Amino acid sequence: MFIAEEKTITASTGFSDSHENPAKHIVRIKNLNVHAGEHHILKNVDLEIPRNKITVLLGPSGCGKTTMLKCMNKLTDLYRELEVSGNIFIEKDDILNTTTNIASIRQKMGLLSQRPYPLPVSIYKNVSYGLKLKGVRDRKLIDFSVEKHLREVGLWEEVKNRLNAPATSLSIGQQQRLCLARGLAVKPSIILADEPTSALDPISSKIIENLFKDLKKHYTIILVTHVLRQAIRLADHAIFMIDGEIIEQGDPEELFKNPQTEGLRAYLVDGN
Amino acid sequence: MKIRKIKILEEKFFVVLSGFMAYSLIAVLAFIILVIFVKGFGALNLDMIMKTPKGGYYYGGEGGVLNAIMGSLYIAFGASLIAILIGMPAALYINVQLIRYRRTQNTIRYFLDALWGIPSIVYGAFGFTLMLFFGMNASLLAGIITVALLISPIMVRTFDEVLSTIPKGLHEATLALGFTRTETAFKVMLKQGFSGFITAILLSFGRGIGDAASVLFTAGYTDNIPVNLDEPAATLPLAIFFQLGSPIPEVRERAFASAVILTVIILIISLGARYLSKRYSRTNLK
Repeated sequence: MFIAEEKTITASTGFSDSHENPAKHIVRIKNLNVHAGEHHILKNVDLEIPRNKITVLLGPSGCGKTTMLKCMNKLTDLYRELEVSGNIFIEKDDILNTTTNIASIRQKMGLLSQRPYPLPVSIYKNVSYGLKLKGVRDRKLIDFSVEKHLREVGLWEEVKNRLNAPATSLSIGQQQRLCLARGLAVKPSIILADEPTSALDPISSKIIENLFKDLKKHYTIILVTHVLRQAIRLADHAIFMIDGEIIEQGDPEELFKNPQTEGLRAYLVDGN
Repeated sequence: MKIRKIKILEEKFFVVLSGFMAYSLIAVLAFIILVIFVKGFGALNLDMIMKTPKGGYYYGGEGGVLNAIMGSLYIAFGASLIAILIGMPAALYINVQLIRYRRTQNTIRYFLDALWGIPSIVYGAFGFTLMLFFGMNASLLAGIITVALLISPIMVRTFDEVLSTIPKGLHEATLALGFTRTETAFKVMLKQGFSGFITAILLSFGRGIGDAASVLFTAGYTDNIPVNLDEPAATLPLAIFFQLGSPIPEVRERAFASAVILTVIILIISLGARYLSKRYSRTNLK
């Protein structure tokens, strides 16, 4: 089964762009271990993340969900104490053992963190910076993309008359959507969302959730959340972790209805 | 019930105490300004800031301290410029490139703090030795270099403090967008920290313009406004020092007038910096 899949990957990449016959899983993690000194944060994690689906990572605080996200875009580099080993294949590129430029790896993944961190510039520039980094110089193209991505997150109508206002003048929910638009502008294929609604009010949270449902047509979304209801509403694939290990994963409905392990059962009862 | 009353009393006591301490500091500043104004008011006229000392100035003759005003401004601006050029990359290096190496960061900070604590007369003596080594005379350039050495650690450490308050999440967000570390440093950190940097520069500038000991041997003193880097330069702190030592009351009054001028320069720069930092922190992440 696995070998067959491996073949389709090579076959698809050998002849044409992988869009025509993309592998089912966009991210494949093999034997991922993360240590911080004595502390073993992620333990032999093997994981496959389906393309154009919302994968939800669940688990009690400190179980390694955020660390897992940070491994995927190599933000673990910022923490010297973290030792990462194993393989993370994004498409076919093993990002932990590659010579590919780290910035271009990171640009494949948009990051949405717990609270929005807009750049200290205007609304417009928040979105255009990423394009400029990619070498886009054509003013019209930049204008077009800024509008497109602000529309994509439903922010355009709200900000079109004050594009030059500081991004910090927006409400926190709007800022989070701006951060999403900013991430989409660099054309990622994956969106890493680390509890993106935890700082937001219920209405803003709802908007973000609905956006995710739309965005999954074009992007793969990996969502860390503590809100069980949110997981149930959004997940196409659910992964449950405890203590750096994957305890259960699969179809969310099945998972939440018939938890196989005591850990998940306890989490479902009083984890929230 | 009794405990509750004690708590209320305790609360009141500390509010009053801390308020008193805070306002008394402001009162001290007001008092200092008042004293130098009162003592220097008689000598304060346009000549003081428009003219250089004429013959017999130090015996109560005609003239002003324009030489010292210009000398001080030249030295403080020159030194601040050099210190910014040293301080900015150094602070960015500590906070962006060394982000994973906490121990190295702290070691560097320790040494900078030590440098900050060295008395300025030691910098003066060091600058003097350096000057002799290179065969220079007491000059504007030697003064600028010595004051730059004096204020560089202050500049680096205050820049560093500003940068270290920038949330790590912003740093991660920019890296996740595909910024390199250098782009993160120059496009985001500099902008986010801008208002703090202005304060840092002001702090260093104030220290530079007000310091007497470091320029005592290195900048020399002259009644002329220097037009070249290799000419000696007068400075306001030394002008105050020399005039205050005079037995003639008129000259001592001029010392206070000079002190007023120095204080006003610092106040103007301080207000300007506040205005700028307000204006440019509009876009900053709070």
